[in-house]
Amino acid sequence: MSEPRTLAPPERRVAVVSGLERLGAYDLITAVDTFGPTDPRPGQFYMLASPSRWGGGPDERPYLPRAFSYARARVESDGLALSFLLAAVGPGTARLSELVADDGLALVGPLGVGFRPPAEGTRPLLVGGGIGAAPLLCWQEELDDPPVLLGFRSASHAQAAALFGPDPQVVTDDGSVGRQAFVTELLAAELDADPLATVYACGPPQMLEAVRVLCAEREVSAQLAMESGMACGFGACFGCVVPTRDGYVRLCVDGPVLDAAVLETALVPGAGH
Amino acid sequence: MSDRSIELCGVALRGPVLNGSGTFDAIAARRAFGDALIERFPFDAFVSKTITLAPRQGNPPPRLWETPAGLINSIGLPNKGLDGFLGSDLPELARLPVPLIVSVMGFSRDELAILVAAVGQRDEVAMLELNVSCPNVETGLVMGADPGETALAVERVRTETEKPIVVKLTPNAADPAAIAVAAQAAGANAVSLVNTLKGMALDPETREPWLGGRSGGVSGPAIRAIALQQVAAVARRIDIPVIGMGGIATGRDAADFLAAGASAVAVGTESFRDPAAGRRIAAELAGLSLTGERPAPASTSI
Repeated sequence: MSEPRTLAPPERRVAVVSGLERLGAYDLITAVDTFGPTDPRPGQFYMLASPSRWGGGPDERPYLPRAFSYARARVESDGLALSFLLAAVGPGTARLSELVADDGLALVGPLGVGFRPPAEGTRPLLVGGGIGAAPLLCWQEELDDPPVLLGFRSASHAQAAALFGPDPQVVTDDGSVGRQAFVTELLAAELDADPLATVYACGPPQMLEAVRVLCAEREVSAQLAMESGMACGFGACFGCVVPTRDGYVRLCVDGPVLDAAVLETALVPGAGH
Repeated sequence: MSDRSIELCGVALRGPVLNGSGTFDAIAARRAFGDALIERFPFDAFVSKTITLAPRQGNPPPRLWETPAGLINSIGLPNKGLDGFLGSDLPELARLPVPLIVSVMGFSRDELAILVAAVGQRDEVAMLELNVSCPNVETGLVMGADPGETALAVERVRTETEKPIVVKLTPNAADPAAIAVAAQAAGANAVSLVNTLKGMALDPETREPWLGGRSGGVSGPAIRAIALQQVAAVARRIDIPVIGMGGIATGRDAADFLAAGASAVAVGTESFRDPAAGRRIAAELAGLSLTGERPAPASTSI
């Protein structure tokens, strides 16, 4: 089986923002990429920056591009419409969320390796936490109506669940939408009903660790789309390493999707910042 | 063929733009970009990540911290060690369309000599670079921070290879020009500078060091003015070529380093923002020199 990796052009290019849709606490930014491949693989990511005023925010940042898994990709007449889920949590994401239609969006990608198909004889289960729902959206579209389990902090964050159609099961930290629960409770219930599953998870480190532990206990195969601070996204800086049973691996070229079995923990120091 | 080509220590290069050691992994980049990377290779010579005698895992994460116009890294020289490099990396790097410069670091002069001898005898290698920004375990002194240590290290390895030896200078020295003079006298063929400047960042919540290695090295435009001054100071004192680097992000920046006395330049952190930065900077630089234009400085007042 070849690995799910579509190659990127070896240079930064500029896509054109076509829309910014507010989804409660998040923004879904869409940009049309004329020069990149039209077949990125779910789980792959792009390094994003604004071509103008990238810098000059708080503490004169941002300086480096920011890594985002793409949430949706649509082939259009003038290129690939790529959508990314944003939350303005720092100087980079704040600047990106200011972009409006016809602004440029500098990008490098698609990068990394995406989700692999479910193990033989298993059903896919998609588990997302917060903004980590993003890569599950395009993966859902390639699978045959898989169960989607999502956890959010609050009702305003949970508005992103609407992207997944009418079916996702949603819980929140404050009980404002669905039950007050962690998404791993939904996962445990699904595995109780049918343990023959391959779990695909993306979310904050604590959630991924809970998913990893649960799947390890039940001997269920899991693929985790992880995050770590990245400078480059293509293996140059060696900054985004996560510890595995085989030593450190660079999340940008060996991930961001890792088989949970290679990890002793999904709690990577510095991730989630 | 344009007239960008230069000769550096007797090695013909198609242009003057290199990468800084440890800022571009051509093997990983080929996994991300495929053969297009080779067809549009961003540099005129490729400098490898530093290799050591024994394999190294590198420092624990977190390894990065963004600063105003720059980056602090604490990577810790992860590499496969000499045998791993010769066996698996060198054959890959030999396929690059540009000359290969291999960076080596030893924790003693004997270790450095073993590395230089083993790497220097390989036909695929055009030049060697000595990363001397590490303590000599025998003396406790950072080799590249002390003129005497630098001279002894270069003298020790000089007899191990006939290939050009570049000494990578650290800016964390009292007088980098004195180190450069010592390196030249001991037989170095060129010097490159600057390596990163020491720096640190605190976790905003705990006020403990953010980086797993506690402190790290600062790079990017944040250090460009410091680097330019050090390149100028070093170039005035030696006759061998200087490879200048430190925050170069545009052709204008590269032109400044060349005007300050560098024979070639290297791009580092800017490649993190754009893998093709080396090519862009080379094109901008060629545009500047072809037209002979001297664009007005952005600001002449202070």
